[in-house]
Amino acid sequence: MNKPVPEREVKAAQKLGFVDCDIHPVPRTPKDMHPYLSARWREHADTFGAHLCQGLIGQLPFPRMMAAGMRADSYPSNGGPPGCDLELMQRQHLDLNGCETGMLVVLSRGGMDERNVEFGAALAHAANDWQLHDWVAKDKRLKAGIVVPQEYPEFAVREIDERAENEAFRQVILSPRSSEPLGRRKYWPIYEAIARNNLVLGLHPAGISGGHATSGTGWGTYYMQEHYAFGTGMVGNVVSLIIEGVFERFPGLKVAMIETGISWAPSLGWRMDKQWQRNRKETPHLTRPPSEYLREHFWFCTQPMEEPEDPAHLQDILGWIGWDKLMYSSDYPHWDYDDPRVALNFKMTAPQRAGILRDNAKALYRLP
Amino acid sequence: MKLPFKGAIDCDLHPAVPAMAALMPHLDPFWREHFAERYIDQAPFTLASYAPSLPQSARPDWRPAKGLAAADLDALRTQALDAFGARFAIANVLHGAVALFNADMAAALCKAVNDWVAREWLDREPRLRASILVPPQDAELAAAEIERCASDPRFVQVLLLVMGDRPLGHRTYWPIYRAAERQGLPIGVHAGSTFRHAPTGSGWPSYHLEDSILQAPAFEDTLLSFLAEGVFQKFPGTRLVLMESGFTWLPTLLWRTNKSWRGVRTEVPWIDRAPAEIVRDHVRFTLQPADVPNADVLNRVMDHVKSDELIVFSTDYPHWQFDGDDALPDGLSAAIIRNILIDNPLATYPRLRAADEAAVNAGQRTGQATGHGRAPMREEMAP
Repeated sequence: MNKPVPEREVKAAQKLGFVDCDIHPVPRTPKDMHPYLSARWREHADTFGAHLCQGLIGQLPFPRMMAAGMRADSYPSNGGPPGCDLELMQRQHLDLNGCETGMLVVLSRGGMDERNVEFGAALAHAANDWQLHDWVAKDKRLKAGIVVPQEYPEFAVREIDERAENEAFRQVILSPRSSEPLGRRKYWPIYEAIARNNLVLGLHPAGISGGHATSGTGWGTYYMQEHYAFGTGMVGNVVSLIIEGVFERFPGLKVAMIETGISWAPSLGWRMDKQWQRNRKETPHLTRPPSEYLREHFWFCTQPMEEPEDPAHLQDILGWIGWDKLMYSSDYPHWDYDDPRVALNFKMTAPQRAGILRDNAKALYRLP
Repeated sequence: MKLPFKGAIDCDLHPAVPAMAALMPHLDPFWREHFAERYIDQAPFTLASYAPSLPQSARPDWRPAKGLAAADLDALRTQALDAFGARFAIANVLHGAVALFNADMAAALCKAVNDWVAREWLDREPRLRASILVPPQDAELAAAEIERCASDPRFVQVLLLVMGDRPLGHRTYWPIYRAAERQGLPIGVHAGSTFRHAPTGSGWPSYHLEDSILQAPAFEDTLLSFLAEGVFQKFPGTRLVLMESGFTWLPTLLWRTNKSWRGVRTEVPWIDRAPAEIVRDHVRFTLQPADVPNADVLNRVMDHVKSDELIVFSTDYPHWQFDGDDALPDGLSAAIIRNILIDNPLATYPRLRAADEAAVNAGQRTGQATGHGRAPMREEMAP
């Protein structure tokens, strides 16, 4: 699984000109964030540290697989965790494969899962500054995502409005392991701010619980189960966003589903429609079958690319969700990184391939 | 579409939850007195997932003027068994005992429900079979109830709800699977929640509609649990029947687990072959609700799962999954319809197969639609 990818010469790299919708930058040490934190929060971070809804600090309760869930070759030789070294990221991915635009998705240190929401706000604000100064300023191919703590909508709205003027920010990232399903009224001010600023809502699975078991069945035992719930866990939020009427209220809101899987979406649409037919009177605020909101408002990233026993079956899935709704993502530097040269291993036309690799993301994120 | 011939095996229908007054004679004196003293004998034991007033809980034309749908054997005969020409039908009583916290009380109630089913339904209608309701709160008590009921061959399955204390593959539950394997009984996991956990990993949704939709991903997480924990290796005779939450989500599960397994094999080394193969050998799905919008989608999904053995017929009576006599979704071939209605159920339920063979040998039924076209879904395990 972690066999090193040979680093071919740059000239050998296919000039794909692709957009990568999921790249994870990580601070080399927590001190990387210090320039962007006030003395009060620096001291808080050093003394009290993260305060999360889980029983372990400094690790996840479902340990990842090989190399802590990272590409083993992505650990920088000069120390620090994978994803902390821009030069290595360029050499292993951006330059090697000819990446045109890379969307940064900050997971750790973004404050989204912090129980102390003022601390979470400080961490999010710092992570947004850090993305600009330590990444985007150093490589113009990279675009940032505004990280906000979803449990503090008042701050989130301020942060979105403040950051949105900067074209480097193309979307808003929050944790789908929220304390309430994301369609609930509590979060609507955030969606209003996203829609007002013509940004995209980006949903990426999070490892740290927001206070609830992984699924309605409770806590699993193995990472295999936790990994599967990257998809099923996201379904609850998709259902909530649709059934609560978020898209009736914010018809311009667009959602990028990042690393959540793809092929469940058609089945979910059919099931929602069937159940809705029986329960329409409970949700009179919905003016259309739920599958139509799903089809219209959601985009899906490729990684981890699903691999049917018969690859042609993916064509059915793409036909159902729409060829214009799938966007390539690598998940660099994580262990299940998808190489753009080999990940899209099923039959498609040249325009369909161009759409998945580049054009669909360009349209969604309004990239130049 | 309508069923093209008689003799179908309906693997999921629901007699109404009985009032406590009907169960009291089946409780031992201690619990009878205890329930009366605490007025528990007046409690409805209705699961929130199946509140009778909810639209999906009973089809409008199956609701009686007074009382609950499917509370009456004559109604069940007319509306389900006769209407769909059932050879056998498996009764699943969705009683609220499973949502209590007191395992002893739950076990007493489950025992009463099972005895009530045997006396009031199975004794009176030879086409009916039943699942054994067990207290998931205590797997040893559940296993004991399985052993107690298994001597009656009309109990053909063990019944669990999909959302309870923890994912069902966990070894906490293994005494249940050990007993079920020993008795040759499939494990039937049915939609519904005891709401020990919020229905989603991000908390409590607002609407009943969401709870209903979210049964399907709960089945995915449950099937993952059975796979990851190694239940099918520990108890190779296990047959799992996933009831009342569709099957169109299955291709995603097969594809994702086949891929992720290659990366997590060292974590779950007992998974000795591709998960999709394990699922095809051990897991079946009841037909209703078939979450498909049209025949084309249905046939694409059937193609994606790469098997015509996975689906067993169900009406889900009296729940509202279809209208009129159209218990089959449109677009199925004659061969697949026969599999779904007869061959797959007989291959899944050893006790139905035995009863069917006995009927044939006794000359009660001959020739057409006897349904021996399918081998048992797994070799019987030696005890």
